[in-house]
Amino acid sequence: MADRHLAPDTPELRERWGNFAFTDANKAKADWHIAKYPEGRQKSAVMPLLDLAQRQVGEETDTQGWLPLPVMEYVADYLDMPVIRVVEVATFYFMYNLVPVGKFHVQVCGTTPCMLRGSDDIFSACKKRGMEKGKVSEDGLWTLTEVECMGNCSTAPMVQINDGNYEDLTVERLDAVLDALAAGEQPKEGTQEPGRRTSEPSGGPSTLKEMVTENHDYRGDW
Amino acid sequence: MPKVTVDGQEIEVPDGATVLQACELAGKEIPRFCYHERLSIAGNCRMCLVEVKPGPPKPQASCALPATDGQEIRTDTQMVKTAREGVMEFLLINHPLDCPICDQGGECDLQDQAVAYGRGGSRYDMNKRAVTEKYMGPLIKTVMTRCIHCTRCVRFSEEIAGVDEIGALYRGEDMQITTYLEQAAEHELSANVIDLCPVGALTSRPYAFEARPWELKKTLSIDVSDAVGANITLHSKGREVMRATPRINDDVNEEWLSDKGRYMVDGLTKRRLDKVFLRKKGGLKPATWEEAFKAIATAKPGKSIAAVAGDMVDCETMFAAKALLKASGSSLLEGRQTGMDYDVSNLAAVNFNTTFAGIENADAILIVGSNIRWEAPLVNVRLRKVVKRGAKVYILGPSWDPTYPATFLGEDLSVLSKLPKDLIDAFKATERPAIIMGGAALAKGALGAGLAAADKLKVVKDGWNGFNVLHFSAARMGGLMLGYAQKGGMADIAAAKPKVLLALGADEMDFEPFADSLKVYIGHHGDKGAHAADIVLPAASFAEKDGTYVNTEGRVQFAEKAVFAPGDAREDWTILRALADALGVSVGFDSFAELQAAMIAEVPALGEEGLADLGALPKADSKAKAEGAISAYPIKDFYLTNPIARASAVMQQCSAELLHSDELKEAAE
Repeated sequence: MADRHLAPDTPELRERWGNFAFTDANKAKADWHIAKYPEGRQKSAVMPLLDLAQRQVGEETDTQGWLPLPVMEYVADYLDMPVIRVVEVATFYFMYNLVPVGKFHVQVCGTTPCMLRGSDDIFSACKKRGMEKGKVSEDGLWTLTEVECMGNCSTAPMVQINDGNYEDLTVERLDAVLDALAAGEQPKEGTQEPGRRTSEPSGGPSTLKEMVTENHDYRGDW
Repeated sequence: MPKVTVDGQEIEVPDGATVLQACELAGKEIPRFCYHERLSIAGNCRMCLVEVKPGPPKPQASCALPATDGQEIRTDTQMVKTAREGVMEFLLINHPLDCPICDQGGECDLQDQAVAYGRGGSRYDMNKRAVTEKYMGPLIKTVMTRCIHCTRCVRFSEEIAGVDEIGALYRGEDMQITTYLEQAAEHELSANVIDLCPVGALTSRPYAFEARPWELKKTLSIDVSDAVGANITLHSKGREVMRATPRINDDVNEEWLSDKGRYMVDGLTKRRLDKVFLRKKGGLKPATWEEAFKAIATAKPGKSIAAVAGDMVDCETMFAAKALLKASGSSLLEGRQTGMDYDVSNLAAVNFNTTFAGIENADAILIVGSNIRWEAPLVNVRLRKVVKRGAKVYILGPSWDPTYPATFLGEDLSVLSKLPKDLIDAFKATERPAIIMGGAALAKGALGAGLAAADKLKVVKDGWNGFNVLHFSAARMGGLMLGYAQKGGMADIAAAKPKVLLALGADEMDFEPFADSLKVYIGHHGDKGAHAADIVLPAASFAEKDGTYVNTEGRVQFAEKAVFAPGDAREDWTILRALADALGVSVGFDSFAELQAAMIAEVPALGEEGLADLGALPKADSKAKAEGAISAYPIKDFYLTNPIARASAVMQQCSAELLHSDELKEAAE
């Protein structure tokens, strides 16, 4: 598991983020989330609000965004709940970044199916491009994180970069994706295997073949 | 009432009981770490696994499983034994083997249960995890590597204390218990997490490396730091009280204790009066008992002698002084040192009539002039429960953080005579309304108006007396029962210009009006009283004598002697008995037993442990009005309210760090 820790509470951090406040657009979204819950249960909206805050920090810093302590305090204050409860949530879920990340947060799955399908090569390819686990690369573009199963085992190996999944990777396909991102383009999300649409069996169906074109009653075959 | 079978024994359990509780009712011990009777159920330690039929063929966590009719519960099968061994082995994977240097050793749940339910050895040979220490304030020492993540401390601070400050950060094996940014836990009950912690992760900082539990002599005592009268155990080693821990008493303190009651005991060895002192040429000089008694006798007080009782004296001391004064022909007794002069002709009117356990049944409460969190933190815990059940709380007085939603009615006491409509409506709709009058209201003479408001709000009903007065001096109710009250309060004593003034541990009183009196201080700490006194007679503190205390509910409780008083100090009653001889009067007792018998003969209620019957409330004077505003509450500093606490280094540190940290920071800059 990734080594997570809170960014230290320094005067510089306070100065940079102490005045954090939702933009009008985000405020509207935040209130929309809060309105989903009964009155007095506004703290149920802590997860979407943390996400909004992280995205806003990302916009302000041109990265994926992260959650500085003053921002968590702002969210706690916004929801009228104790800060420690907000920090508990933020430290529990890996989607909340606790330290600054690069513009592209490359989260490589290293759990068994991906590992068997070559995630080790994906890691080395990332490292070859100058990424280091838990660090922001020198050009400020990349942060590499090893994560656990993302639920894309049938299209392993995969990486998640910010909001997009890139699956069926090889070193070359990954390089193509990363190059495109670095160049400011938006590569195709999902499987990178030519001819494959989503997570259907690669090379065509191997079972239930009669079901491909029409509904077939197998009961007589048993 | 479901019927279940526990190990073949059929029992009936109350509705809503869990399987764990059913097993306990059947007399089976179920090991547990996270489950605690007074906290919510977490179900995360998995130690309480049992086998339950019907249900999946696997062990189930009994603490979180409701008992239902017809369940067959087994706690003695091989499956249960193996499951417990497995859980224990997992818990011990990351638990350090540092019992020899751990303060919890000897009273550790994990240690005991590992012996009782664990395997002989470990099969784990990799590195254990280590967690950095977390700062939690001057009272709680943390060794977080030992933490097994039961989350009792988290649940305590959220549910009982009402201050969300402890949380579990990160997840899985990285989970860490901490306060936000490692700030000190700022709550009057914070140290209770030390008792709750089943391992040595949270231990007592002041008591660190002081003693092992088996070396300590345990004495049953009563906490005198406030008028709740929490039941405590004093743990002493040799002549020193090492620590105080709460005893379970559901009627009084449940199983909590305020930080002051717990940690002021180190003050028992500091600034002690251990010699007789006489004021000569302006300074207090050591002297002998003979010289002191002679000096008092030469003052020839005759009838002109007065006694003022302090906040922490026991009933026996007060009775001995009363007997001495009676024999001299005086009745100048007063215990309300700060000059309060409320009417005490009916003690029910100055008593906490609902009782602490009873206040939990209230459904609307009006608090007049009391910062309950500081005046009686353990009562505030009860009020939190009341509010959780949906009761409304109104507070008249300056704002403070009650930890539960409450409506503040401002500082103006005249509101008591013309209560806002929504309050009257809220009270009308309830069955068990209650009023709590605090010291700030009594000092402003609002008792009469409070009784009138109680009458108007109908807080007295069949089987329910909702009129409460919350004192914060342990000696107050006992003193009032013994007649330590003048009509005009301290002013009457001053007006009588006594030749001799006996200050029985009275440190909060104003000595200025007594400039011409011979001031004899009989007490245990070199505090304000001793500074002002002409003669200082060293006496025993609450830990050094047997004594009777009456808490603010009128509950009579006995405390036992844990250690001997230091140096020349004597138990208070022996000093007063000797003084009687010096003054040539007879008080009629020569032993503690005789003294107690005489006291009980005069006030029979003091002879019986439990609630004293103080009768019904007086008829309210509907014209009684309260005026003025409550500008502040009497307690300025929670940690330094009595001479023992003021002498305690721990309490001083708490006060500096938790209440005056801003000033500290400014000073540093």
